[in-house]
Amino acid sequence: MEKIRFLIQGETGLVVELGNKIDPKVNTRVQELSQLIQTKYSHLIETVIPTYCSLLVFFDPLQIARNELINRIKDIVATMPEEQSEATGSKTVVVPTLYGGEAGPDIEAVAKHNNLDIEEVIHIHSSVAYRIYMLGFTPGFPYLGGMSEKIAAPRLNTPRTKIPAGSVGIAGTQTGLYPIESPGGWQLIGRTPLKVFNPSVQQPFLYAAGDFLQFEPISALEYVHIQQEVAQGRFCPQTISKKEAGK
Amino acid sequence: MITVLKPGLLSTVQDEGRQNFLAFGMPRAGVMDRYAARIANLLCGNPLSAAVIEMTLIGASFRFEQNCRISVCGANMNPQINGSIIENWSAIDVSPGDILETGYAKTGCRGYLAVSGGFNVPIIMGSRATYIRAGIGGVEGRQLKIGDLIPQGESPPLSAGPVHLDASYIPEYHEKIDLRVLLGPQDDLFLPEGIETFLQSKYQVTDDADRMGYRLEGPVIKHLDKADIISDALGRGAVQVPGSGQPIIMMAECGTTGGYAKIATVIGADLWRLAQAKPQNIVCFSQCSETDAVQALSAERNVYRAAAKCVAAGQKEVLTTSAGRRKLSMEILGEKYLIEIEEVQ
Repeated sequence: MEKIRFLIQGETGLVVELGNKIDPKVNTRVQELSQLIQTKYSHLIETVIPTYCSLLVFFDPLQIARNELINRIKDIVATMPEEQSEATGSKTVVVPTLYGGEAGPDIEAVAKHNNLDIEEVIHIHSSVAYRIYMLGFTPGFPYLGGMSEKIAAPRLNTPRTKIPAGSVGIAGTQTGLYPIESPGGWQLIGRTPLKVFNPSVQQPFLYAAGDFLQFEPISALEYVHIQQEVAQGRFCPQTISKKEAGK
Repeated sequence: MITVLKPGLLSTVQDEGRQNFLAFGMPRAGVMDRYAARIANLLCGNPLSAAVIEMTLIGASFRFEQNCRISVCGANMNPQINGSIIENWSAIDVSPGDILETGYAKTGCRGYLAVSGGFNVPIIMGSRATYIRAGIGGVEGRQLKIGDLIPQGESPPLSAGPVHLDASYIPEYHEKIDLRVLLGPQDDLFLPEGIETFLQSKYQVTDDADRMGYRLEGPVIKHLDKADIISDALGRGAVQVPGSGQPIIMMAECGTTGGYAKIATVIGADLWRLAQAKPQNIVCFSQCSETDAVQALSAERNVYRAAAKCVAAGQKEVLTTSAGRRKLSMEILGEKYLIEIEEVQ
C-alpha cells in the first residue's frame, strides 16, 4: 500500500493523498475514506471532495486544528480493509441511451476510426459498467474509467460550442456524459433522456463518485417515452447491484 | 420587493454559496468579496450570510417598493438615493419609490447591496447564490435584467437610521494588492527558483479575470517537470500554474476539480482583496505560516463581532427614548459608554 500524504490547500483545506495513479483500488479507498470522514465527523468538517487518488477535506481550523484532524483521519484509515472492489453503498445506475443518428452524430466516425461497424461500437460501449472516479468539470460530469480501447477515438479538432444535455461521448479512452448543455470536444455517440442533474429535487444527482454507470441501448421510441416520463417526474432510473452489471 | 431599473454590467444575487454538492462537481458560487458582503449585511441588521446583490465594475439601479434599510459596501460605485450621494459602507432607510443609482467602480471592482431582511429568492440546493453556468439560484439562474422584481425577506425590527460604520472597518482598495499565501498542495512540483519567482515577482491581473478565476501575467513560474497532475480537488484561493507558467487564482465559481499543479493557496482572510482587483492591477504574493493564516481568519471573525456590536450600539437609541430625554448605552470596540442626552428647546 502506498504511503498516505497529507497536503495543505490553504488554512481550511486538507488534501489526503492515498496514491498517485488512476487505479480502481486506490479510488475505492478514496471513496470509502470520503464516506467514513463525512459520516463520522460531519460536525467537525465542512465537506469532502473525493477525486481520482486523493480527497480534499474542508474544515474550520478554529474548530479543529489540522494536526488533530490528521490524527483522526489516520485512525479511520487504520480501520479500513486493505482492499475492496468497491466502496460501501456503491451502486450501478443504468443509463438508457439512444445511440447514433442525431443523438450521436459522431458514432460513424468512431466506428470508422476503429474499423468497426456501428453495432459493434454500441455493443462494446454498453457491455461494461464504468467506474465513476470523480465528478467535476460541470455539475455531475462523471470521469469514467474502464472503456475498451477498441472504441477509443481522438477529440474533435474543433470543439462544439453547444453540446445538448444528456449527450454521451468518447475522448481518447475516456467516455462520459454531459449533464448540462456545455461546450466540448468529445465525439458524441448517443444521448440519454435521463435528467442526471435536477437542481429542484432533494437528490439533484442520479449518481455519486464511487458509483458505476452502465449504458443501455434504447430505440428512438423508448427515448421519447422515457423523456416524457422524466418530464413528468415519473421515471425511476434503474439501479442494479454490481454483480449483475457488465453481463 | 425591489425593482431593477438598470442591471449594470453583471449583477447577481449571491449569498455564501453552496458547499454541500462540491463532491458532485457543483461549484460553490456565492459572493466574491465576503468581507464587503458580510459588513453590508451587518449594517442592515441581517445575519452575515443573507443574500445580497453583487454588482461588477458598473453598478445597477433599483427602485425600492417597501420601507427598509439598505447598505452599499465594497467598490465605491458612487451610490445615490434620488440623486443625492450616500456614503458607501453605511446604511440608510428608504421608502417605497426611492431610487438607488450606482455607477462605475471608482475604487475596487465589486459593490454589494444589502437590504434588511435579505433578498428572498428561492433556496436551490441549499443556497440562494446565482450560478449562471448551470442556470440555478438567484433570479432564474441568471444575471439581473431590467424589470426584475426581487423579493425581500422580512426586515428585523430596526431603530431609525442612518447607521455609520467606524472608519477602521472600511478597507482601502489599491492598485497593488498584497496577498498572503500558504505554499502547497503541490509546491514540490516546482523548482525552488520557480517558487522564488512566484513569491518575489509582480503579477498583473489580465482581462481574463472573472467569478471563476483570475488569470495573472508575469515572470514564468518554472515547474520541476510538467504542469499536469492527475486531476484533484480545487478550492477558492488555490493558485494553479499551467504549462505557460502564468498563475491562475481560483475564485468563487471555480470548478471543483482541476488538472494543473497548485503552487500555493491565497489565505481566506486576504482573498477578498483580489475580488476587488481590476484588470491591470498588480498582485504580489508573500508566504505566511499556517499559524498566521489561522490567526488572520480568527481576526477577521473578531472584526465581524466588533462591527456588529458597533452597529447594534448605534441602534439602542430607540429602546431608551423617553420624551425629550435619551439614554444611550454604546459599546465601541469593546469599550462601554453610557450617554445621556437631554434635548433643550
